[in-house]
Amino acid sequence: MFELVLSSFIVLMILGALVALETRNLLASVISLGIIGFALVVLFLLLGAPDLAIVQIIVETLTLVIFISAIRHTTPQENSKTRGFPPKFSWSVGTFFLLIFLLGAFAIYRELPPLGSPCVRMALYYLSHGMELTGASNLVSAIILDFRGYDTLGEATVLFASAIGVATVLRKMGKKSS
Amino acid sequence: MTLIVRSIARWMIPSIFLLGVYVVLHGHLTPGGGFAGGVLVAGSFVLSILAFGVKKNKVETKKEWSSLTESIGIFLFWFLAFLGILWGSYFFLNVLTKMSPGARFHLFSAGSIPLYNLAIGIEVASALFTMVFVLMVFREKERP
Repeated sequence: MFELVLSSFIVLMILGALVALETRNLLASVISLGIIGFALVVLFLLLGAPDLAIVQIIVETLTLVIFISAIRHTTPQENSKTRGFPPKFSWSVGTFFLLIFLLGAFAIYRELPPLGSPCVRMALYYLSHGMELTGASNLVSAIILDFRGYDTLGEATVLFASAIGVATVLRKMGKKSS
Repeated sequence: MTLIVRSIARWMIPSIFLLGVYVVLHGHLTPGGGFAGGVLVAGSFVLSILAFGVKKNKVETKKEWSSLTESIGIFLFWFLAFLGILWGSYFFLNVLTKMSPGARFHLFSAGSIPLYNLAIGIEVASALFTMVFVLMVFREKERP
């Protein structure tokens, strides 16, 4: 039953992605991208990961705002003159790769443990000793800031670099006026 | 924006900001943490710009502040990690827990993890705010 609920949300996400690809109106396309993110929030809540759900719902909302404010300054319709391969060729290539993917997925799926019984070796140590070693009752916080601090340092550096990059590309001061 | 958006935003902006500060400060006790709280704080500033426009917000001063706090945030994080070496051990050692292991489930517990959360919150909030703000404002200036 639980897997059925999860699968229905995953199907909803796939439908949202297909609609976002196929529709011509760019605003509708961006909003159906939002379906993917918000369905992912529900999935995280169902699987018991509130930290990820909080981050995902806020970042998704902020991303939607950025996308919509970008679309406001451009045309709302997609440019219809798109050149591509002939349809026969793309259908056959698509079917070929889908078959390869399904074969690989079948081989991998037989090896996977069932849902709800993860194979933990490293995480078991964190779960049993994390509280007494760090003193933080939120174990996710203890892992990302204490045990795996280098990851967070890298993430902060990436954010810093991207903010500097945006501010440098779009700056006014010191630019040659052409 | 219209009057409806402005009146609702006037009530929502302080509460979103407060929720962000709460999530940052209680990151080691409840779900959330520096990243989520920082994005919430940045979101309150972005909502203010969206609702009231660029002119009323005095954004030029805000931009200088945000690039300053961004540098402060990442420097604070790096400095806290470097404290481990100064203590005589490895990088990213949780020094404050080693000094005084004690209370659990309190606001002042878990050593330097709340400080790490605070640094990450400052960094994420000001970096995201700088990005959104630069993309919006420099666009609006170019229009006649």
